[in-house]
Amino acid sequence: MKKIALGTIVLALAAGTAAAQDVRMGTEGAYPPYNFVNDDGEIDGFERKLGDELCERAGLTCTWVKNDWDSIIPNLVSGNYDTIIAGMSITAERDEVIDFTQEYLPPDPSAFAALAGSTPDLEGGVIAAQSATIQASFVASSGATLVEFATPDEAVNAVRNGEADAVLADTAFLAEMVDGGDMEFVGDPVYIGGGVGMGLRESDADLKAKFNDAICSMKKDGSLAKLVAEYPELPQGKPADC
Amino acid sequence: MCGDPSTLEGFQWLICYLSTGKHQKFYMSFLVVIGLLIAVAPLALAMGFGGALAKRSKILPLRWLGSLYTNMVRGIPDLIFFLFVPIALDQLFEMIRHKIKCPEVTDPIYQGNDFVVCAAAKLPLGNADAWVHNVYGFVMACIAFAIVFGAFAANTIDGALRAVPEKQLETARAYGMTERQTFWRVQLPQMWGYALPGLSNLWMILVKATPLLFLLGIEDIVYWAKELGGFKSDRFDYPHPDWRAYYFAALMVFYLLTTWVSEKFFIRLNQRVNVGRVGGEL
Repeated sequence: MKKIALGTIVLALAAGTAAAQDVRMGTEGAYPPYNFVNDDGEIDGFERKLGDELCERAGLTCTWVKNDWDSIIPNLVSGNYDTIIAGMSITAERDEVIDFTQEYLPPDPSAFAALAGSTPDLEGGVIAAQSATIQASFVASSGATLVEFATPDEAVNAVRNGEADAVLADTAFLAEMVDGGDMEFVGDPVYIGGGVGMGLRESDADLKAKFNDAICSMKKDGSLAKLVAEYPELPQGKPADC
Repeated sequence: MCGDPSTLEGFQWLICYLSTGKHQKFYMSFLVVIGLLIAVAPLALAMGFGGALAKRSKILPLRWLGSLYTNMVRGIPDLIFFLFVPIALDQLFEMIRHKIKCPEVTDPIYQGNDFVVCAAAKLPLGNADAWVHNVYGFVMACIAFAIVFGAFAANTIDGALRAVPEKQLETARAYGMTERQTFWRVQLPQMWGYALPGLSNLWMILVKATPLLFLLGIEDIVYWAKELGGFKSDRFDYPHPDWRAYYFAALMVFYLLTTWVSEKFFIRLNQRVNVGRVGGEL
């Protein structure tokens, strides 16, 4: 009897520690509709809902952390938080430093936006982009002059202030920003970068497997597609199978 | 009263807008900045005092240490120090805790790009409340600020100690005071009069350096002003165009008020420390 009771306690303790794996989710909080800070001061948006659902499915206790885009990868590898879930495209350069889960969104084409009525020179003009993004490296390797900003908001405002002729960013984010009516999409969309996935430390294979399973189960039961449909600006295509 | 923001108008809309949870965080961040100033000032002064005494020490290694400290900090851009100190300290603490708490883990701490310590060694622990993380970040910020401003204060205090007229010290010795008595009774009280203009400058620079807090992951007033003032689409309860200019204007008022109060305070303080000092009146 005693042995059984003891065994139960040990089991309960083991289960307790297993269930309570704490995961800190890092995000930018400045990129609607992916992630942003709502009027209550909380992290909100598509990735907040997705992340909470993934954590529930994987049995993890998740807390949210806000971090600048510029230092979002360095702070992951130095252990300030355990994942990046911030609309990050899976690229070969980033994959050398961190690991990615499978994509939960297909590639979001990038688009140019400029002041309504203007006809900017997209190949030779001044183009604004957020630093350390796929868009910034695209503009840098094109013939245009790149001006970089730390936040996506500032990149858009550079166009409003006349500092740049146009801004290059993810279509979903720009759709939100041209909402005010003073700006519009110009030119053709640019297809750069891979799908959007969660970033993890390369040494964190366990956690990566857990999130991969959770994303997979959301793809299979259709709940991911349903969540994406709540945000019509996001790319509505089917992400790669798991 | 603020049930559905889209039905509100005019003044009521503004009142409700200014009392959102996000704005309350903005108001709280003013306290964070003031708290930082109040915490850093005595810390930096203590570091400065220690630095100045080390520079003037009779023991050679201590003198080296004092000079190394002041010259290194003054020579390296503040920004780099603010980025370096908290990261280096944090990793140092976690490394030590890792060695003590998880001796059974044999995996290296540095794995490629990754800095990996066991969960029990994390600072703060992964399951700690958000406020613990914030307080930890705040303490790290205080240390970084104290180290940087302490080095400048050390030079100011060192110079002020030298500025006390030699005749005063000679007189003290002639009265039979020991070295120690001369320092504490004659040199130090008179030093303040010479140091105060330099220290008040440092204080002003410290006030203006507080936006660097955001680099350390602390949401200060400049971060919130930028975040709140930016263009808000209909997705938000209170959509509005780019209002950053208004928010930054409010910050300007705050900084000017802080400067004005500080100025008054330093004038009073200056009068106090100069009582009875020849040539020290304002």
